[in-house]
Amino acid sequence: MAPLVPRSGDAVFANVERVNAELFTLTYGAIVRQLLTDLEEVEEVNKQLDQMGYNIGIRLIDEFLAKSNVSRCVDFKETTEVIAKVGFKMFLGVTASVTNWDADGTSCSLVLEDNPLVDFVELPDTCQGLYYCNILSGVIRGALEMVSMKTEVNWVRDMLRGDDAYELRVKLLKQVPEEYPYKDDE
Amino acid sequence: MGGKEVSESCVNSLVTEMVSSYCNRFYSTKPELAARRIEAIGFQVGLQLSERYTMDGSRFIDQLEAIKFICKDFWQSLFKKQIDNLKTNHRGTFVLQDNQFKWLTRMSVDHTLPKPQPDSLASAAADNKTAQAASMHLYFPCGIIRGALTNLGVPCAVSADLSNLPACSFVVRIKA
Repeated sequence: MAPLVPRSGDAVFANVERVNAELFTLTYGAIVRQLLTDLEEVEEVNKQLDQMGYNIGIRLIDEFLAKSNVSRCVDFKETTEVIAKVGFKMFLGVTASVTNWDADGTSCSLVLEDNPLVDFVELPDTCQGLYYCNILSGVIRGALEMVSMKTEVNWVRDMLRGDDAYELRVKLLKQVPEEYPYKDDE
Repeated sequence: MGGKEVSESCVNSLVTEMVSSYCNRFYSTKPELAARRIEAIGFQVGLQLSERYTMDGSRFIDQLEAIKFICKDFWQSLFKKQIDNLKTNHRGTFVLQDNQFKWLTRMSVDHTLPKPQPDSLASAAADNKTAQAASMHLYFPCGIIRGALTNLGVPCAVSADLSNLPACSFVVRIKA
């Protein structure tokens, strides 16, 4: 059997079932709006969006691994590149760039060039403090946890809050060694 | 329409997670409240989508035209297919049937769905649970249809009928 070749983000996206982005964007917007009404506290909405994202991430990772043919990443750097170039592309149809590495290579930024979650969105003043895209940080945290990386993911720049880009800070807290059901030499 | 796209699993995951958050976390003891919220989210989506699709100013002369728009263009843009069958009693009730409703085949009837088993009790309980989960999911598209029709000037109530799985019928009752 020929070895599986990792596929580019474009190639994977071209092969998945796709829907118009409006449905996704408006559905997400309607969810955030309803959460704001039901949960009242903006802080609680941030928390719940993150939780929803986490729940999605821990399931989405399987589809990602199955469809991308990505093999084991050698380090956290490669992992973040794969998220930015293949993961984002495969699901959201956009890519991100990885920048601002810290000295020991455990934290970096994902900067989104385009963000389908926020089309047609304007936040009213009453939503100060809302991290509108918080579901995304949860998805990344959840997905990485399933491949043994404990991370902390936060928004550092948000255009809905007046910044000039969407920037997520991803910090690797702990890499849990994977346990194999068998030894290599058996 | 057209233009940007995202993967279908984005929408599926998001809707599944929203339904499960409302049913299992926010209103775990009040399913009827969860249902109302899920429908409300759908309503908002339908209202806005319909607004966007009719921005060119085309007007619908009557209710039937509005319903046909839902069956054709609107369904096409959401599910890449049209409604398969439209029936009416000519007294304000319309039944829109989709023979292979995507959101049923892809999201609610998930992989945990047990196969029918000889043990009738367990099987009935499982069926019941599946039916419940499916009906919770269906409040979302029901809300979408109601929102879209409301935007077109047709106030109505929408419910779903699952008696012919995997076909799904949406029953639209127009308010006089």
